[in-house]
Amino acid sequence: MSVLVYTENWDGQFKKLSFELISYASEVAKSYNTNVVALSIGNVDEAELSKLSQYGADKVLNLSNAAYTEFNAEYYAKAISEAAKSEHAQVTIFANNITTRAIAPRVTIKLDAGMVSGCVAAPESIEPFVVSKKAFSGKAFARVKINKDNKVLSLNQNAFGIKENVKAANIVSFECALETSKAKVVEVSKNSGKMSVLDAEILVSGGRGLKKPENFKLLEEASDILGSVATVACTKPVADLEWRPHSEHVGQTGKVVAPNLYIAVGISGAIQHLAGITSSKVIVAINTDKDAPIFEASDYGVVGDALEVMPKLNEALKAFKANS
Amino acid sequence: MKILVCISHVPDTTAKIAFVDNNKSYNKEGQQFIIGPNEELALTRAIDIKEAKGGNITALTVGSAEVEPTLRKALAMGADDAIRVNMDPKDAFNVSKQIAEVAKANQYDVILTGREAIDYNGGQVGEMIAEWLIYPSVSGVNDMDLEPGKAILKREIDGGYEKIECDFPLIITGQKGIAAEPKIPAMRGIMMARKKPLIVVEPVQSDNATEVLEHSLPASKASCKMVSADDMNELVRLLHEEAKVI
Ligand SMILES: Cc1cc2nc3c(=O)[nH]c(=O)nc-3n(C[C@H](O)[C@H](O)[C@H](O)COP(=O)(O)OP(=O)(O)OC[C@H]3O[C@@H](n4cnc5c(N)ncnc54)[C@H](O)[C@@H]3O)c2cc1C
Ligand SMILES: Nc1ncnc2c1ncn2[C@@H]1O[C@H](COP(=O)(O)O)[C@@H](O)[C@H]1O
Repeated sequence: MSVLVYTENWDGQFKKLSFELISYASEVAKSYNTNVVALSIGNVDEAELSKLSQYGADKVLNLSNAAYTEFNAEYYAKAISEAAKSEHAQVTIFANNITTRAIAPRVTIKLDAGMVSGCVAAPESIEPFVVSKKAFSGKAFARVKINKDNKVLSLNQNAFGIKENVKAANIVSFECALETSKAKVVEVSKNSGKMSVLDAEILVSGGRGLKKPENFKLLEEASDILGSVATVACTKPVADLEWRPHSEHVGQTGKVVAPNLYIAVGISGAIQHLAGITSSKVIVAINTDKDAPIFEASDYGVVGDALEVMPKLNEALKAFKANS
Repeated sequence: MKILVCISHVPDTTAKIAFVDNNKSYNKEGQQFIIGPNEELALTRAIDIKEAKGGNITALTVGSAEVEPTLRKALAMGADDAIRVNMDPKDAFNVSKQIAEVAKANQYDVILTGREAIDYNGGQVGEMIAEWLIYPSVSGVNDMDLEPGKAILKREIDGGYEKIECDFPLIITGQKGIAAEPKIPAMRGIMMARKKPLIVVEPVQSDNATEVLEHSLPASKASCKMVSADDMNELVRLLHEEAKVI
């Protein structure tokens, strides 16, 4: 028996959430008194693979067959379910994101399993198997029981946190025969390799309160100071006005994000915007209106004019970075 | 082109969320139910393509009789016919199995679902249908064109997008962007919808792999800590030392 985790990488580096998944799997494995097996697909070097053992992976399966470097839902689902079978995994764990949404349900059917997506905590019991998840787009939680022997879970980013749990790495290569798929990628476009708002750990987000597109320079500056984990986001009207690209638009009709830090600058906090940000770990609001609804959703608030506050914040961040 | 669009019947996005019978069930009392927003956009795009290039669109919902107004709306928007699988939908494993059975009997070229239903945000049904049928699938599509025999799709990936081509048959899970705005049924469409066929089929035997035991509402957030606009060093200190996010 084991608990299997599918750990995603980006250009050979594990995403932070992969470490969170291993931490989560360690907790699940503890209840079963069993081991954590991580499966990595793609080109990841030994040093990077061994990082997984710092968070509790007992064994790392490395599928680095060149045919798997390009994502394909069918191939990936096949490889993961074969790994689950060969490792006798009772629970298979994924991150809850766009990529895994294409594969985890397929794995579920292949394993004749029950699946809960968007888990927010470790299972409260394993016999019966009950786990809590987000429902109604974050407006509620549901406790869900899985009635099948095999379980597939997808975890919401930041729901569990990263916990160190150092194990000895046992990295083994894993093979899986390929079939051909009819879905063919014919063109890929990557703009500047900037992290998408879905992956960034810090979002500096602007609303109509910034008054004009040029003022977003203040947010770009903050994001640059905070480093490659940070990027700029915006509200719907800002994207509709073409001050910023639609790929940055967050909310009910845009992206649903879950960064560690969401800095909302000149954003009123309309319910449709909040629908996209409430899974953020920490929210900071900067707004001239002390009664703006955004403050009710925030952990830290600053009442003030963004055009005056942001330069001060950028100075403070620069000083902080220089000293750290 | 034979297209199947799978439609979830869900509470309106602005609905107040409350629960009944010991928090086991969602309180439907006085709530407005709608076509799931993701598949509503997918349906809109499919109708536009059909009107330009020909074809037939079937709208399908797994649900009890209460979902019929939602299916009628899909017919009013422009679907040609509708199927209701007479079962209370409780679990993606079971729902996807029911849809796969209908699909086997009717051999669609394209099966469209939404990226996720907005009640339980599962994001499972589409890809599960693909697996039952052993069809290729493209998920999270935000741009779709259909030509005889093949689909041309785009989806967002880390830092950009990819364009994918796939021969029929296939499953597509659609989301925002696949159409700009949902189609609003015209009066004529609403009149015609009454005469379009809505067939009820009985479910095949299958089990629920999961069940919801109980719901709860999120605790309200602790109050917001205010920091003076003149003291951004303090904000940075709090974010570093207290919140530990930078
Ligand atoms: C069906 C539907 C879906 C929607 N989906 C989304 C969505 O996905 N995402 C989304 O964002 N919106 C969405 N909206 C729109 C949403 O209702 C709000 O209109 C929008 O979020 C408001 O954007 P905003 O905060 O940028 O602008 P505003 O509401 O205009 O707020 C601007 C804020 O800036 C403050 N301000 C002004 N000047 C300054 C200054 N100098 N310094 C600091 N603060 C200042 C003001 O006090 C105000 O609070 C949707 C609406 C509908 C009906
Ligand atoms: N009861 C249902 N009947 C028909 N289609 C459904 C049903 N439930 C979900 N779907 C489709 O599957 C998609 C994903 O649903 P879910 O996996 O429940 O998030 C939805 O956007 C719908 O297109």
